[in-house]
Amino acid sequence: MASYIIVGMIGVLLLGFWKLQVIDADKYTSMAERNRVREIPVIAPRGRMLDRDGRVLVDNRPAFSILLLRENPVLVEKYLPGIAEGLSLSIEDLREQLTNTKSLPKFQPIIIKPEASVADIAFIESHHSDIPVLEMISVSRRRYLPNGFLAHAVGYVGEVSEQQIEASNGKLRMGDFAGKFGLERQYNDILMGTDGKRRVIVNSIGKEVGPLPTQESIPGKQIQLTIDYDLQQMAEQSLGPRPGAVVALNPRTGEVLAMASHPSMDPNDFAVRISAEEWKNLNEDRQKPMLNRAIQAQLAPGSVFKIVTATAMLEDKVPPESFTTFCPGYATFYGRQFKCWVYGKSSHGVVGLHKAILESCDIFFYNVGMRLGIDRLSYYGSKLGIGHKTGIDLPSEEQGLMPSAEWVERVFHRKWYAGETISVSTGQGAVTTTPLQLARMIGGIAMGGVFKQPHLLKDAPNVGEERFALSEPTVEKITDAMYGVVNEEGGTARSIRLPGIEVSGKSGTAQVIGYATRDRVGKQKQFEDNAWFVGYAPRRNPEIVVSVLVQESGKHGGEAAGPVVRDVIKAYYDKKNKKTQGQYTTENKSDAPKKVPAPVAAIAPRAALKPESNSARVSSEGEQE
Amino acid sequence: MKDAPGTRDYDWWLLAILATICALGVLEIYSATKGSSLAGMHMKQVRWLLIGFVLMFALSRLDYHLILDQAPILYLIGLASLAAVLLVGHTHFGAKRWISVPVLGELVQVSELVKLIIIIVLARFFAEVRTDELDLRDLIKAGILVGIPLVLILKQPDLGTALVLMPMLAVGAFLAGLKWQHAAVFSLAGVLLVGAVFYPPVSRHLLKPYQRDRITSFLHPEEDAKGSGYQLLQSKIAVGSGGFWGKGFGNGSQNQLGYIPVRYSDFIMSAWAEEQGFKGVLLALGLYMALLLRLVQNAQRAKDRAGMFLVMGVAAALGFHVLVNVAMVIGAMPVTGIPLPLMSYGGSATLFVFLAIGLVMNVRLRRFVN
Repeated sequence: MASYIIVGMIGVLLLGFWKLQVIDADKYTSMAERNRVREIPVIAPRGRMLDRDGRVLVDNRPAFSILLLRENPVLVEKYLPGIAEGLSLSIEDLREQLTNTKSLPKFQPIIIKPEASVADIAFIESHHSDIPVLEMISVSRRRYLPNGFLAHAVGYVGEVSEQQIEASNGKLRMGDFAGKFGLERQYNDILMGTDGKRRVIVNSIGKEVGPLPTQESIPGKQIQLTIDYDLQQMAEQSLGPRPGAVVALNPRTGEVLAMASHPSMDPNDFAVRISAEEWKNLNEDRQKPMLNRAIQAQLAPGSVFKIVTATAMLEDKVPPESFTTFCPGYATFYGRQFKCWVYGKSSHGVVGLHKAILESCDIFFYNVGMRLGIDRLSYYGSKLGIGHKTGIDLPSEEQGLMPSAEWVERVFHRKWYAGETISVSTGQGAVTTTPLQLARMIGGIAMGGVFKQPHLLKDAPNVGEERFALSEPTVEKITDAMYGVVNEEGGTARSIRLPGIEVSGKSGTAQVIGYATRDRVGKQKQFEDNAWFVGYAPRRNPEIVVSVLVQESGKHGGEAAGPVVRDVIKAYYDKKNKKTQGQYTTENKSDAPKKVPAPVAAIAPRAALKPESNSARVSSEGEQE
Repeated sequence: MKDAPGTRDYDWWLLAILATICALGVLEIYSATKGSSLAGMHMKQVRWLLIGFVLMFALSRLDYHLILDQAPILYLIGLASLAAVLLVGHTHFGAKRWISVPVLGELVQVSELVKLIIIIVLARFFAEVRTDELDLRDLIKAGILVGIPLVLILKQPDLGTALVLMPMLAVGAFLAGLKWQHAAVFSLAGVLLVGAVFYPPVSRHLLKPYQRDRITSFLHPEEDAKGSGYQLLQSKIAVGSGGFWGKGFGNGSQNQLGYIPVRYSDFIMSAWAEEQGFKGVLLALGLYMALLLRLVQNAQRAKDRAGMFLVMGVAAALGFHVLVNVAMVIGAMPVTGIPLPLMSYGGSATLFVFLAIGLVMNVRLRRFVN
């Protein structure tokens, strides 16, 4: 019987070994491997961003991060006070970091100091052999241009969120840096490289005892943008400290030449690690520095919308082209008085379409809008892009709103009031747009109804294009009128004329609140009018369109926003002329100066619209009123 | 005639098994300590083994009946040395277990010697019980005989060694005709005791803090990632990662990089299993099984009850060592500090085993003598 007990006992023990060594062998093999091998990440540098001429807009700078290896809790506990002292961190802070990362796998080191100082580096170097739980890795940090230059378009990187990790199919891990906003986010997959691993064998007390093959990191690819550094510079400078936005596009290609949003923020502040408090302040700032106004501000376009009303009128011939009205400075519709912007100062007298656009007569467009009705206005507005995303290659673009009878029905469960049409016809009321939308719209109309998808990536494949056929006379009349706005007597933006350049455009001054409300709350900065100007050149088939919003300016659109448009267009032509005369060289040595938009029109949507590449430089008629 | 058995009568199979197990042990001690500050330990083990062989042969020459005659004196010597350890013993690893013996120039772990003495004392005691059934009086006497040294050993504290005394008593009592009623009562008491050990409110009064920690970390290894739970986990990782074929001699990462706790001693089976895999385990446990079966066979062939009790006492002690140690290595039992006989490094433990086998040989050599 004793023999059976012995055989049984050995048998049971063997079953135990069988379970561990045969059934669960894989599990324990990987656990042994994790014991044995320490992996130190080798961070791949992100790709740079260049402007259209190859000048560096976003770069990397070398830095060192300090990692804490947590595989062996006994060792961590033992060395924690020494580490806290040596790296001038508080031990509570270290403990908190350890607690916060408890859910991460133990073999994954945590970053306790993202940016090591010289003293920290010296400390690590001198204690490398006696503190086995510390490791220093070289990382590359993003370096953005200072003072928030191009900040909103470029965006910034940050530690990945849980949603990003989930969406990345295992490519991202906790603690990784990835694009959070702007182009950094949009093209994260291209910009972000693949981190490598330095692998070493460690013994039970955490000492390195031998190397293993290193997995090299693969650097991210650089991207070239359509942005022109010089134009961007001018846009930033010309907008100055005023809140607002500037977008410059080439309507022939959809290339974004400049994009500014003020007030700006400095993405260098987030390149390392931003404290929760700073982050909160930035996001709760009433000035909204984190908002990319160029694509996210949804505001009433004011009189810029009159181009939509005019297009609808000419295309549908309601009222006929010859329609005129008398402007005494105000008019009454549906029992309510509507004012023209000149109310109290003067009046426009007898007004036809051309003059109405030139002088931005509200009374004329109220009458036209009333005759067109909301369905037609909404149809044209929508076709011209209002209420739709432009599809620019940036995250979080807003779409604005083109109100319609269907919309009030759906949202407010009521009928459309005819009086609302009067407001909408001059870009007030519920209609809202973004600066980029207006740039695309005005540029597209001047192109004869061809709307290129705005984009920031140079040589982007498959640039989208929408066509909305506008009749030739319509385009002609509207572009003539917009030319007149700048260049003819009575135009609202005569002050921005440029010799030799056919600057055209349309101003807008949008009320933030109604006249009645303004009377009630009194004059306050935050309720001041928003100034718009969307300008382009040359007058047809333009090669540059600039949309400018100046918020809370309290000034007329042509007055406040117009000069910014002028400055950017002037900078564009100055550079172009220098280049064609051979005087201009880019700062980049390797790249031959790239040609700014082809001298011949890239697109000639209509045979009748002749390429006007020459008219930009030498104009015989432009300066005359 | 009585004192002159031929060399032919030694159990050469048993010796061969013994020598093979020792060889595995020396190899693994070499592998576990090479390149560390403990390098060369295998040679010290070889020295202990040689001393052990000599002592074994010496003991086998001396008729066991003479030894049994001296049982009361041996018992008193055992108790006295246990008391001496508590008074003047050397403390290592938080327990007083060692006493220095001037002749050997080494520290001797007294409780190992006491195990041997208890085997002899119990053999004598049970052999003298002439009834077919063991009555309660005798059972209680035997219990007291074991109980006194057991309490002294627990005082050191050395739970592992104290536990080894229990199977000796149990096997002896069983062979002496333990009544099933008594067996049931004692089994129940045993179960209750084990239950108490694992039940914190009671164990608080019974166990030392480090013992309670071991129990806790055995029950909840994940809560104790640094103490003995860590040791058990690392041992399991070593065993499991060895797989069927093993990582090869000197190639076990858990062993070589020091993740296995006391890998040359209590956890030597873990190191062996990692480097030699399941096939190596099969060999080692097969050898232990053969050893134990061989002991049982020798017990059956013993000339008298006393001889049978001696051999079975040895078998019970060794079997229990193997069971508890190996079960610990695979994480099925808490850390108790019981070494694996003949493979684990250790002077006193090795000498105990050889002396015990010497007793077995002694009995065997005299099986045909009248």
